[in-house]
Order: sequence, then C-alpha cells, then structure tokens
Amino acid sequence: MFVIHCPWCGDCDGTEFSYGGDASRQRPAPDADFDTWYDFVYLRDNPRGPHDEYWQHVSGCRQWLKVRRDVLTHRILATGTPADNLDEVAS
Amino acid sequence: MSDTPANQTLAGPQVQRYQERDRTDASQPRRLAEGGLVVDRGRRLSFRLDGRSYTGYAGDTLASALLAHGVKLVARSFKYHRPRGIYSAGVEEPNALVELRTGGRREPNTRATMAELYDGLEAHSQNRWPSLGFDVGEINNLLSPFFGAGFYYKTFMWPASFWEKYEVLIRRAAGMGSAARERDPDRYEHRNAHCEVLVVGGGPAGLAAARAAARSGQRVLLVDENPRLGGWLWRESHTVDGRPGAEWLAETQRELASAGVQILTRTTAFGYYDDNLMGCVERAQDHVAVPGAHLPRQRLWKIRARRVILATGSIEQPLVFPDNDRPGVMLAGAVRSYLHAYGVLAGRRVVLVTNNDDAYRTALDLVAVKAEVVVVDNRARFDGELPRQVQSLGVPILSGAGVHRVRGRLGVQGVEIQRLESGQRQRFECDLVAVSGGWVPTLHLHSQAGGKNVYCPQIAAFVPGAARREHVSIGAAAGRFGLEDCIRDGEQAGRNVTGQTEESVSLPAPGAGVAMGESREAIGGPGKCFLDLQHDVTLSDVDLAHREGFRSVEHVKRYTTLGMATDQGKTSNLSALSRLAGLRKQPIPEVGTTTFRPPYTPVTLGAIAGGEVGRHLKPLRRTPMDDWHAEHGVRWIDAGLWRRPHYYPQAGEDVDAAALREGRATRHGVGLCDVSPLGKIDIQGPDAAEFLNRVYCNAWKKLPVGKARYGLMLREDGIVLDDGTTSRLAENHFHMTTTTANAVKVMGLLEYYLQVEWPGLRVQVTSVTEQWAGMSIAGPQSRRVLEKLVDRDIGNEAFPFMAVAECRIAGIPGRLFRISFSGELAYEVNVPADYGQAAWEALVAAGQEFDMVVYGIETLGALRVEKGHVAGPELDGRTTADDLGLGKLVKRNKPVFIGKAMLEREVLADPARPRLVGLKPADGRSWIRAGSQLIADPAAPLPMKMLGHVTSIAYSPELGHPIALALLSGGLEREGETLYAAFPLKGEMLAVTVTSPHFVDPDGSRMYV
Repeated sequence: MFVIHCPWCGDCDGTEFSYGGDASRQRPAPDADFDTWYDFVYLRDNPRGPHDEYWQHVSGCRQWLKVRRDVLTHRILATGTPADNLDEVAS
Repeated sequence: MSDTPANQTLAGPQVQRYQERDRTDASQPRRLAEGGLVVDRGRRLSFRLDGRSYTGYAGDTLASALLAHGVKLVARSFKYHRPRGIYSAGVEEPNALVELRTGGRREPNTRATMAELYDGLEAHSQNRWPSLGFDVGEINNLLSPFFGAGFYYKTFMWPASFWEKYEVLIRRAAGMGSAARERDPDRYEHRNAHCEVLVVGGGPAGLAAARAAARSGQRVLLVDENPRLGGWLWRESHTVDGRPGAEWLAETQRELASAGVQILTRTTAFGYYDDNLMGCVERAQDHVAVPGAHLPRQRLWKIRARRVILATGSIEQPLVFPDNDRPGVMLAGAVRSYLHAYGVLAGRRVVLVTNNDDAYRTALDLVAVKAEVVVVDNRARFDGELPRQVQSLGVPILSGAGVHRVRGRLGVQGVEIQRLESGQRQRFECDLVAVSGGWVPTLHLHSQAGGKNVYCPQIAAFVPGAARREHVSIGAAAGRFGLEDCIRDGEQAGRNVTGQTEESVSLPAPGAGVAMGESREAIGGPGKCFLDLQHDVTLSDVDLAHREGFRSVEHVKRYTTLGMATDQGKTSNLSALSRLAGLRKQPIPEVGTTTFRPPYTPVTLGAIAGGEVGRHLKPLRRTPMDDWHAEHGVRWIDAGLWRRPHYYPQAGEDVDAAALREGRATRHGVGLCDVSPLGKIDIQGPDAAEFLNRVYCNAWKKLPVGKARYGLMLREDGIVLDDGTTSRLAENHFHMTTTTANAVKVMGLLEYYLQVEWPGLRVQVTSVTEQWAGMSIAGPQSRRVLEKLVDRDIGNEAFPFMAVAECRIAGIPGRLFRISFSGELAYEVNVPADYGQAAWEALVAAGQEFDMVVYGIETLGALRVEKGHVAGPELDGRTTADDLGLGKLVKRNKPVFIGKAMLEREVLADPARPRLVGLKPADGRSWIRAGSQLIADPAAPLPMKMLGHVTSIAYSPELGHPIALALLSGGLEREGETLYAAFPLKGEMLAVTVTSPHFVDPDGSRMYV
C-alpha cells in the first residue's frame, strides 16, 4: 500500500484515503451541450502510466486532494490540492 | 582431471564402512555421536508421526529428528501418490508436508523442514489412505498416462451429468491435508514498524549489512526466517578472518544488540509492497505446544523502511533424471546442513550427483564422518580445488556421467549410472542420492518490488538487475556466493546511507565452487523425470504443453500447474523454463520467468486476520438507546455496521406476530421507534441554500425557515442516489438527513462538490449522525404524547405538517420535526446523543397511558411499504425519479443541479421503463417473495420476457395480508391486471394483482390532522 503525501497532513498511509475518480476532466458549464456533458459523465482515458485522480483523506483531514499516480508502478509522482496544477507541483 | 577407474567399488581400502552410532540413544541410528551446532542433546523431546513415537532434541526440526531415526517415507505426492521423503533443509521443501497439531490448531501442508520440534508435537502425513506405507491412491501412478498435464480438460466429458460424481472422487484422490474445523483458540496480532534500514536475512551478508548500517548511526531492523541468526554459518564449517564462523557470529550479534538493532527471528518477509512496505510474519509461538500467556501465536508485521537490503541468500537446484523423486534423493546442500546443524547423517552409502564444484563440499563432509561416497559429475571435464580435494581422499569420481535410473520405491536402494558419451552403464548400491544443480539467488522480493532480473549463464540462473534507490540485493541473493563476498557486500550496502545506485549490474565472477555445467537435465531412461515434485509435474508434461501450443512460460505454468504449489516452484521453475527454452529453440532470457507474487512462503489466514475476528470483524455501531433495547427484549438486526432493533417480541411472538402487533398499535394508537442511525449532516453558510439547490433535483431556495422538505439526490447520470428530509433551521443553516446506508457516501460527495467542483460556494458541512439521538413517534395519539413533554405549542396550526422547531423535550434541548415516514400523524425528536436514553425513557413513560408500543425496523419497513414510500430496494442504482413516481420533484428549469444534463438521455424517456407499483397476492393470503421476476404468462416458452421485479415486501398491518412494491414495465397502466411473481430458484409462481403503491391513506390526509 503506497504512501500519499497529503498537502495538509504530510505523508500518510494509503489506507487512510478513499479513491475519488479521474481528476483530468473538466466540469462543463451548466449550459454546455448534451455531448459535452455525456463525455464528462461517461468517457475516461485509460493511460498506461501517470494518471491524475482525486483521493479524499477520510481518516484524516477529510480534504480532497489531487494525486498523480503511475498506474503501472503505483509510484506517486505528485500530490496537491484540487486547485493545484500538478505539472507545476511535479517539476 | 581424470576420473577413477570404472571398476572401483565402494569397498575400496581407503574408504571405511560407517560404523559410528549415537551411543546415547540406539533408537536414533542416524544421529552422530557428536556434533549438531543447533541441537541441545541435554534436552530430549518426544513427538509422534502418524501415531508412532520418536525422540529428538531441542533445536531439531521435525525433518532433522525424523532423519535421525532413519525415517525415509514421510509423504505421498499430490497426483500420483508416489512415496516421498525429505528433500531439503529449508523453505524450498516440496515433499515433506505434514499436518501439524490437532483440533482447532491443526495446520495442513506444514513443511517438516521448518517445523521446530517441541515436546509432544503431533504430526500426521497427508494424502494417503489407509497408510503411508500402503496407499490405495498409488493406483494413480499406474494410470498416469491418463493423468498428464491438463487431463481434466480432456477427460470426463461424457456424460456431462457424471462430472459431479467424478468430481467428488477426484477431490478425495488429490489434495494435501485438510483444514481444521474447530475454532482456532490462539490470538494473532498486527504490528507496524518504521525504520531507516530493513535488512532481510540474517546470514553473513545481512549481519554485515546490519552492523555497518548501525555503525553509521541508522535505525536498523533485521529479520530472519530461522530461529537463530547466522544463516549458512550453522550449516557448513566456515572461517572468517581465520576465526571460526561461530565466533564471528557471536561477536557480530553482541555488537548489533548493543547498537539497538531491532531483530526479529522466526520472521519471514513474505511480500514487498509499494513504497518500501514489507509484509512479514513472525512465528512468535509456533515452536511451542501452546502459546505463552498473553502471547499471540503469530504476528503480522507491516514494516515501512526508507531502504531495504535484501540478503535473502540462495536456493540449491536439483538435477532432473528418471525417478528423481524417490525417498532418499535429497539436495546436496541439505545433506551437509543436516550433518553440521543437527548431527544427522542422512545416508551411509551416498551417490553424489552434481554439475558443479560446490557439491563436493558435501562429499568432503560425508567422508569426514566416514560415510561411503561416490561422485557422479555431469561434466566431462572440470578442474577445481574442491574436486581435487575429494579425489585426493580416494573417493571415486565418474565424470561425464548421469543417472539412468533410481531403484527403490519406498526408499533409495541403488542407482544405475550412465556415461554420457559411451552409454556405458554401472550400478551402485546406496541409501542416499545427493543431487546438486547449483545455486540460484533468492530474488523473489526483489522481483515483487518490480526489480528486473538478468540471466547469468555462468551460474545458469537469474540474478537481480541493477540496484534501485529503495532496495539492493547483496551476497548470494545477488549471485555472489563466496563468504568474503557476502560480508563485503553487506558492509558496502550497510554503509551506503544515501542509497546511491550503481549503473551496471555486477555479475558474479565464477568463484570457487561455482563452476557450473550447462544443463541440469536428464539423459533419458525409463521412469518419470520430475520437475515440480509437489504438483507431480514431469519433463514430459512440459513437452506436452509445448506440443499443444502453450508456448509462453505463463501458459505452460498454468497448463501444467508447475510452480503453483505451496513451494511456488522454488526447486523447479528454472529447470522448467530451461526445458521450455530448449523446445522453443530460444535463449533462456527470451523465455523469461513467470511473475513473482507474494507471499514468498505460505501465510496463515490467522496472521492476516490479526485481531479482526469474531466480534471484531467489523466495528459495531450502537445507537444511544442500545442499552434500553437490550433490557427490553429486543431482537437485533444488522443494518450495515449498525445494530438496530428488529422487533420486540412479547411472549410467544415470532417476528411476523410482533410486527403485526407493533404496526397495528402504531396506526391506531401511537408507536415509538429508534431512528438514530439515519445520516445527518449539518450545513451552514451564506450559500447553503444554493448548494442544496444544486445537490438535490428539487427546489430549495424558497424553503421557509422552520420548515422541512423531502429531498431527492441524483447521480451525475440522472439516476436517483439517495433521499432524505432536509430542514431549514435558519436563513443559512440547514439540517440534512440521508438514508442510513448512504450516510457516509453522501457526506463524501458533499465534501467533494464543495472542495473540488464548486470551491467558490461558502458552505460548511459537518457529519452529525452520531451527535444526535433520533426517535420517531407516530400514530393518531402521537401529539398527545408529545404535548406532555414539549415546551411549546404543537397544535395543528402552531406546528403544521413539515414544521421544524428547536425546543425542549422533557427539559432536554433538542429539535422537533413534524415529518412522517409511516404516513400517520408523526414527529421526529432529535436530542444530543448523550441525552438520548433519558429522552427515550421520558417518551416511553409519557406514552404508557396511550398504550404506546415500541417498534423496530420490521414494522418501520411494513408501514412505509403500505404508504408506497421508496427506500433502499427501490433506490437500486437503476431507477430515476420518474420511475419511482417522483418525477414532479425534478425541477428541470433550475440552472444547475447534479444529474440535470444526463436526465435528458433518450433511454430514460423510454415509456417501457419499469415504474413503481404495488402488488397483492391474488389469493389474498400468500407471501410474495422479494426479488421475484414479474411475468405475464407462466406457460409461455422460455426465455420469457421479464416485465419487472418485486422490490420490497411486507405484511400489511392495516389490510391484514401480504403486500409488495415492485418496478413494472407499464407501471400503473396495468393496475388491476393479474401477473405472476416467479422465483425459479425455489420453484415458485404466484399470481399477483397490480395495485397502486399507496395501499393506505392514499391522499395522505392522516399526516395533516
């Protein structure tokens, strides 16, 4: 079980967190067309490598965070708040 | 170097017959008079195998003690039931599996080579009937042509129905041991640990590493799977810097202790997980009959290390030749281990078969205790120091030769050797065949951590690839087998604080004892050539798999089951993939290895479960009134993690009778129910109303202060997620309820939307499920009960339907909600949880004059089904608001709410979608089964069209017969039709009539009185 660096609590065991899905999609504007919303709700990329995703620190601060995880190696490349740009965090 | 003349016999003048015995105990014919570095001859132990008594010493394993008694036969093989003996002296043991202990502590498939002997140990052999010596199952060996790899894909095909009969016989005929049926009386623990350096393996390499790391001031943890540190220092005679190995060991251990290195012996690192997490199991009390007071039997350690040093050593490989599985065929390294560590001589007349120099150490050790030895070397030419020494002692050495056959079914009696070039054969009598195919690094943990492996042709084995930041392999585990190399590796790795990696792999140089022949394989001859002893997989099975098109090593593994037994192919994987490489005419690195997965050796379920068994399997959530329920005859039911009242039976009542009484009393009088588990969320902030408007599909902004409203929450795809009643306590303060089952999920979702999607909203949410005790008072008399306790006017005008107010109940500050799940005049009371019992008791006392009943969730469910209120079974993740008859709640003109966009999906507008209806039995009395399929005509041909299914059932207190809610295509357009509720699993077909789901008080007038 990997270690996740929570931006508020520091390094914590992965079992303290709950997975929250893909973080690479952008919520459409409320009046966007049906197809844009359809893609947002149903379509996901399936990268064989780094994946941006949400986790919630349920056994800790209960904050949602963004995590860049390599789904092949489980290596966590970067973590940040939901508002962070992980490209900047990772570099 | 030339071999000795072919006519040299074993009774040559320079080799004397073995005569010495252990004079202290005539019953241990193979125990030497002295020697045995780990046994304490002063402490005798008695044990039993298959009911027969033996003696051994403290420090023995079950295997060493049995060998000391000359016991050859200890097991029957998995498929062919061939007689088997002890093969090795370590975890790689494929043969000597026994059942240890009895009763609730019984453990099948325990390796006798690792089982520490204690007084009174009880062991039983496995997989044989009626006895080890005479096993009926051995007939499988005669039928073996039918039992090759994958036989079960090709046999027992016809007739198909007979398979169930065959299966019973097959299950009995194969298999290894049986698990205990009684409860395990022992405790198991989980422990967590952190360290800077974790050293896996306490042999010379690991000890040197731990010492060097400790000297550089790091926090070190050292684990070893044996009862004592030292590794092979106990199994061979070694000198370190001119001193005996034992001295170096003792000195190193003293230094480690004084440096505060944490040492765990009897501890196997079985799994290497992400971010340097090592799973280990400590066999804390496996070596005694009963665990000491307050001690766990085993501990599971989860160790998080900054750096891991793998000093896991190596495992000797066998050679493959016909009948290489006979009892009395053993690994050469094991033979000398038993000599040095336990003072046990596994055989007096030994044929040593080898393809490398290292095995000659065993020959030297055997000669030193006056055993007769003949060496058979696969190699035509060799020129090392060790073979020279052996030859100088007059031991016959046959070069360029292999084993043609092994005689002796229940125990080796002799071998027939064949010259590889000339084909000439020669017989030798012997009672032990010691084989050696060289050593391979134990790189399982390295591989589990994603480390790559590199094939090293010099040792015909894979070695770990380049070291990584997090872990490094040293010593024999890296293919550097010499003692000096091991110690040097350890010192270097231990000092290396920053974990710098080397760019290239440093492959082992062929040092003393490593010079290897090319192949480990047989030369042919009648008889099975075994690769995987534990699963009875032979060379011909691998050939068969390849012929049938299974080319990939992963396919060959699964088709033949090679490497899939409890030893995970530790002595067979390499030979098999070597054979496969030959068949594929490819080099071994291209064939590759199968994936390494934890556990390295078997781990008990007890260790994995730890303390979370029995009552502690899941946390128990109790309501604030739990004690009161227990004292008043409640029957409990699990609702998720909650323990909730199911019903309160009076004398002689079953659940149905109790629920009928409770329900009738509530509808005609008044009833009280504990609803504390309901999810409750406090929502505050200037944007709270806007937030609710987005989270629910109905309208919230204009909800007046002091009013409650039913809320329906959708998923992003438009399907209903949850419902609840949310109240406005103040302009910017709301109290939300959810279903019990979804409380946690909804809370996480609210936090998600506020933190991720709409961070601009100024809203705070807090889970208050456990902070409030909740109780529901329902029935025509409910107001009269509450009026006695509440400090405000709750008349119909002052406190109308859906009103909410803060007030005092029996003097306790709390909240009163006039909401109704039952459809009667009803209220919910919330008081702080610590006052829950007091408020409850006050209500019970106040209700006595009105014959108030207390009811559980059986009745709670019956009342809501009568009213057609949807709950969990209807909110099954497939239904929309329209499906549930709640379409009017969806305010599509709201600009933003969850699920708005996907509600427009065409499929959700399909008029044939199942919709909520009620059902009653056509005969007026039969129970309808929940989950039944609804069909139109039982006589129609299969497959029939399913029109819907039954979601919730109840016995209606009001109507006096069973009722149900269902989702039915056509919905209420079918009102009055007769359909059939089919439950084929139980052969049921019941005629039902479609009705409105609102069985009782359909216009809801009772709630407004």
